[in-house]
Amino acid sequence: MNTVSATQAAPAVKKEKIKLGMLLLKLRTFIALILVVAYFSIMAPNFLSMANMVIMIKHVSIYAFLAIGMTFVIVTGGIDLSVGSIVGLCGMVAGGLIYQGLHLPFLGVTVYFHLPMVILITLLVGVVCGAVSGFLITRFKVAPFIATLGMLYIARGVALLLSDGETFPNLVGKEELGNTGFPLLGAGTFIGIPVSIWALIALGAVAAYVAARTPLGRHIYSVGGNERAAVLSGVRVKRVKMLVYMFSGFCSAIAGLVIASQLVASHPATGEMFELTAIAAAVLGGTSLAGGRGSIGGTIIGAFVIGVLGDGMVMMGVSSFWQMVIKGVVIVAAVVVDQLQRNLQSKATLQED
Amino acid sequence: MSQATQDPVILRADKITKLYPGTVALNKVDFNVYQGKVNVLVGENGAGKSTLTKILAGVETPTRGSLYLEGKQVRIRSFHDAVAHGIGMIHQELNLFPNLNVTENIFIAREMTQAGVHIDRKAQVEEAEKLLERLEAGFGPKDQVANLRIGQQQIVEIAKALALNARILIMDEPTSALSTAEVDVLFKVINDLRNHGVSIIYISHRLEELITIGDYITVLRDGKLMQEAPMETIDVPWIISNMVGEAADRTHEYPSQSTGEEVLKVENLRLPRVGGGFTVDHLSFSLHKGEILGVYGLMGSGRSELYECLMGLHKEAKGRVILDGEDISKGTVGDHIKKGMALIPEDRQREGLVQSLSVAHNMTLASIWKFIKVFHIVGNWAKQAVLKMIKDLSIKVPNPQVLISSLSGGNQQKVVIGKALLTSPKVLLMDEPTRGIDVGAKADVFDIMHDMARKGIGIIFVTSELKEIMAIADRILVMSKGQITGEWKRQDACEEDLVVASAVGHKSVNQTLHQ
Repeated sequence: MNTVSATQAAPAVKKEKIKLGMLLLKLRTFIALILVVAYFSIMAPNFLSMANMVIMIKHVSIYAFLAIGMTFVIVTGGIDLSVGSIVGLCGMVAGGLIYQGLHLPFLGVTVYFHLPMVILITLLVGVVCGAVSGFLITRFKVAPFIATLGMLYIARGVALLLSDGETFPNLVGKEELGNTGFPLLGAGTFIGIPVSIWALIALGAVAAYVAARTPLGRHIYSVGGNERAAVLSGVRVKRVKMLVYMFSGFCSAIAGLVIASQLVASHPATGEMFELTAIAAAVLGGTSLAGGRGSIGGTIIGAFVIGVLGDGMVMMGVSSFWQMVIKGVVIVAAVVVDQLQRNLQSKATLQED
Repeated sequence: MSQATQDPVILRADKITKLYPGTVALNKVDFNVYQGKVNVLVGENGAGKSTLTKILAGVETPTRGSLYLEGKQVRIRSFHDAVAHGIGMIHQELNLFPNLNVTENIFIAREMTQAGVHIDRKAQVEEAEKLLERLEAGFGPKDQVANLRIGQQQIVEIAKALALNARILIMDEPTSALSTAEVDVLFKVINDLRNHGVSIIYISHRLEELITIGDYITVLRDGKLMQEAPMETIDVPWIISNMVGEAADRTHEYPSQSTGEEVLKVENLRLPRVGGGFTVDHLSFSLHKGEILGVYGLMGSGRSELYECLMGLHKEAKGRVILDGEDISKGTVGDHIKKGMALIPEDRQREGLVQSLSVAHNMTLASIWKFIKVFHIVGNWAKQAVLKMIKDLSIKVPNPQVLISSLSGGNQQKVVIGKALLTSPKVLLMDEPTRGIDVGAKADVFDIMHDMARKGIGIIFVTSELKEIMAIADRILVMSKGQITGEWKRQDACEEDLVVASAVGHKSVNQTLHQ
């Protein structure tokens, strides 16, 4: 990540070349994104149209929400397999609260909440799901893979139970109940840009800031890099881990809300396999599954690569079977190039002596 | 000087150069390994000793230069090449699998098998038992490595190298974690190997030790070859002057700076051991401002656990710890650090540093709360503090943004010390701060300790090196089996008393002592 600054005058041309090479490698995900966009702009008509761009970014933003939360988890050395299911569950919670309200049998009433309240409750459900995983991992020392695998099944099961497997349709709310306006989240715009994209910008900025310039961010990286050293340095490792899983749950809840709002309906199977897309986006963006390494900016670009690749291939009419093969190749290639970069980097720093 | 010798050279390194990011580790170094002799390699931190031996053992490949084995040029590109040429190595940093037992560690990747698939467990255990017996280890072949102390783990590492039956055996600081009794046993083994014609390359920072065991000595400084000589022609001042470039004995005594004002009081501190008894057994002592309190004890005497209790790592620990008049026995590690306790752990790789972070981020890890406004890290504050610390401790680093892993061992240790000092401690706990670093860096560490004491910081300093404790500690406590078995002022202490007190309750050590 860091190149040692040159200390003495050496053959300038060669050094410039190496520096350029390193820069290109560092920006590889970004370059890949530009190449993918350029390719589809030529090959697929309408790809560059404003309408298509907006649709694409909306898709990407879903993956990006999940991948941002996932990045923090992976940087601590963990993994969160439950995000897709939490997306589904949170969509159902929001949909259910708007469509049929909260039925309280012992009082014999059904409570309908205002929209901000619905959103708040939904976000809370996501955070609680993450907290349960985090609790299992920190308190009972369950491996993150297993704890979140359990949460994957539980959240999906609860999502199906909420509606008996049915869809909550037409989530526009009722004027007299005061819960209208839900579709705005997915379809509304602010200064011409969709609300969901604003949400992505806000979340991305906060996450990038936390990662780079707050003690919490520093602690997250130290826990993933060397947990024992972190403990002895006074880092509250358990609390850090709790927080990253809760944040991942929070991000999943946002994704669930956005999807339900975009569709104006919520379906319990929403978000299946999203966890894998989120992991792939983080890895494409340079996050190391071994922990300690990764960045929010990289992850967001990674989400764009995956999203654009998927939508572009759909537009070109590539069969969905081939789409899977190509995505797999891209992900593996990204990690291979990452290793290549690290080898080159150590060589490049050698040249500077 | 080297021309005067008639012993045959078995392995010769010719003009070896090795480049690392940011540093030239070796610069055209020649090195001769004489057959059937103990070839000592010395030099300050970053002088290139470890790099050179890693090249001989196939762990690293040289950037330039060549190796000659019995006059023929060879390429040693991997561990397997090295083993094929009969070269084995005991590494400075432990390379063990804590999840496996002692026997499995000794025979890793060289398992004794029947028909190539079935591991002959019985034969392996028998073989391991023989090796452990030879090393007079106090543990069995089936013990889990994770449960062994560092000193014991080092013995496993030695056993692993012995099992290779190598004709050239490289030992990179094999004694850094061993007690005096264990070192004696190791020297017996080395003598035995030498008599069987095994050529040994031996690295250590304990100079007296080198004089005792070595036949030839090669001194490196800043990646360059300084001198090679037969051991009988030289003495300790010669080694030091070649290592540091000046003929000064830098381990002079430091005057006491204790103010007599109590900063830390420990009352009846105890940590129960799994399966009964206590690892830290009802300890009570006090520490004054500006005082350096030396704690001497063998591995497993409970000294590291004492530190962990003082830092608040063990919730099950009982007793009172009073820092500057405030009871801090409850609370997290973070609370302890903020109240003014700082720890420099024994194992910098495993406990002190986060290898994936930069020098600056490592150094500010424990004190990041000092550089924040509300929740924002003020980059400039942290940067200034880090730069000042780099200057104060004279850490050799191109800039604070480089990864910690690109630094030499001594400089990494200084970063760990800087990390502790940045928390502005009232009490500094140092666990073997000079482990595996050279004379020059040791003197630096002592100067830093002395400096901190002058500023009124109370220092507790754990070591297994008698010379060090006699040089710097104002007062000396000896621990054995979790208890304090002796206490002296420096002027009243003598090395024999310390050794006897440290062996209370250790049967095997007592036996060695009375032989």
